[in-house]
Amino acid sequence: MYSQEVMDHFSNPRNVGEIEDADGIGEVGNPVCGDMMTFYIKVKDDKLEDVKYKTFGCVAAIAVSSKVSEMTRGKTLEEAKSVTKKAVAEALDGLPKEKMHCSNLGAQALSILHVTNAVHKIP
Amino acid sequence: MKRAYVDHASATPVKKPVIEAMLPYFDQHFGNPSTVYDMGSKIKQVMEEQRAKVAKLIGARAEEIILIGARAEEIIFTSSGAEANNLAIKGVALAGQKKGNHIIISAIEHHSVLNSARFFERMNFEVTFLPVDEYGLVDPERLLGPETILVSIMHANNEIGTIEPISELSAICREKGIIFHTDAVATVGNIPVDVNELNVDLLSISGVSLGAPKGVGALYFRDKLRLMPLIHGGIQESGRRGGTENVPAIVGLGKASELALEELAQNEIHMRELRDALVSGIHERIDQIKYTGHPEKRLPGHASFCISAIEGEALIYMLNQHGIYANTGSACASKALKTSPVLVAIGVPPALAQGSIVFTMNSTNTMEDIEHILNKLPLVVERLRDLSPIWRENKAA
Repeated sequence: MYSQEVMDHFSNPRNVGEIEDADGIGEVGNPVCGDMMTFYIKVKDDKLEDVKYKTFGCVAAIAVSSKVSEMTRGKTLEEAKSVTKKAVAEALDGLPKEKMHCSNLGAQALSILHVTNAVHKIP
Repeated sequence: MKRAYVDHASATPVKKPVIEAMLPYFDQHFGNPSTVYDMGSKIKQVMEEQRAKVAKLIGARAEEIILIGARAEEIIFTSSGAEANNLAIKGVALAGQKKGNHIIISAIEHHSVLNSARFFERMNFEVTFLPVDEYGLVDPERLLGPETILVSIMHANNEIGTIEPISELSAICREKGIIFHTDAVATVGNIPVDVNELNVDLLSISGVSLGAPKGVGALYFRDKLRLMPLIHGGIQESGRRGGTENVPAIVGLGKASELALEELAQNEIHMRELRDALVSGIHERIDQIKYTGHPEKRLPGHASFCISAIEGEALIYMLNQHGIYANTGSACASKALKTSPVLVAIGVPPALAQGSIVFTMNSTNTMEDIEHILNKLPLVVERLRDLSPIWRENKAA
């Protein structure tokens, strides 16, 4: 069973969408495995001005994406680094053991973003 | 909120007459059937009557057996369809291991058959997992092998609804003297099942899909077949399954079998109508879907699809919020996080297989249920596709 927080984010996912002129795009997972997340960020003055995503996956994958977007939007890039797999799972009041990899995906997507963003801005 | 329960392969409500038939066996007639005084011996008699009812449903000849007091053919009561499958595979393989060590099963068997066969693989048996075609059909020509002692092919698959050509398969085995088992959990009570027409040596039944309570099933096995018990104990079930019998549940299974036989023809027509309305309605309303299983050779109340660009667990949860209860074979919905082996075996591409949805109807479903599903499913699919990063490319393609 999922927590109420997971169900809330699954039923009403926040910040869904794509950013046309994104500064960074992070993609993790694979539809073959049943999960895939694409994150888009817009950065201004070292802050994540906007975070959006599209997710193919289960309840946990959708809730994690939504939570990650919520936890990172408006934060500095440095602050966003604290959004780890564990932090996301805790913010969702826990995830079933077998679904922990979903929160890993969310954190991974974001770390890809950090790297992407640090190295070069995607035009 | 409207509710449409369409997961009858997982569980069915116990029918009222079944509950009523069971109740006296909890407190009034509680005796142990193995005892000799009348409080026990009468229960033994009642149990034999239930055996006859189950046997009648599947065309076995247990009624005469009781009349002549001999045991030409048998029904063994078990705790579930899974136990019946375990007893068939393990019981036959253990009893027949001197004759040979080769078992054949199809690639789309229920886990209770699949994992029983894998258990013997670890015990140095050779196990062949027969491939199936795109509809899930087994090819009878592929059944061969000098060391083969047992072939187990399910009567119908619970995930894709396909009905296998059992009598053709069993005829090949009969000719070669190979024991043939079929898991008929998905068919008994849904379509006519006759062990003589099917020409099988063993056949598994579950109470769950019959409107009987959970915790009871049965294994039919043909005369003189050697079967090693899984549960050693007393003389219960002719020494083939130890442990005091679950009398109330057995009475429930008997009553449910009796009702199933009476209602079978009518129910089949009803389920077919609902199924056809659901299938054509979904095809009209949702694009980029695959109807899985055989289009004609399938269970009357069974409809299964793979819907592109979305994932099954999310789909089931969102349908749940609209009072719709269906099932899925997606990887995320399974604790093991593995895509359904059935969908893999019929060649559904892995990404598409994640969008699996299975509807199993029974006589309690109505056309209103179907309308409710047809109203809500397209909305839910659209919502999940809007969220999906792969929908745009799929749509373009």
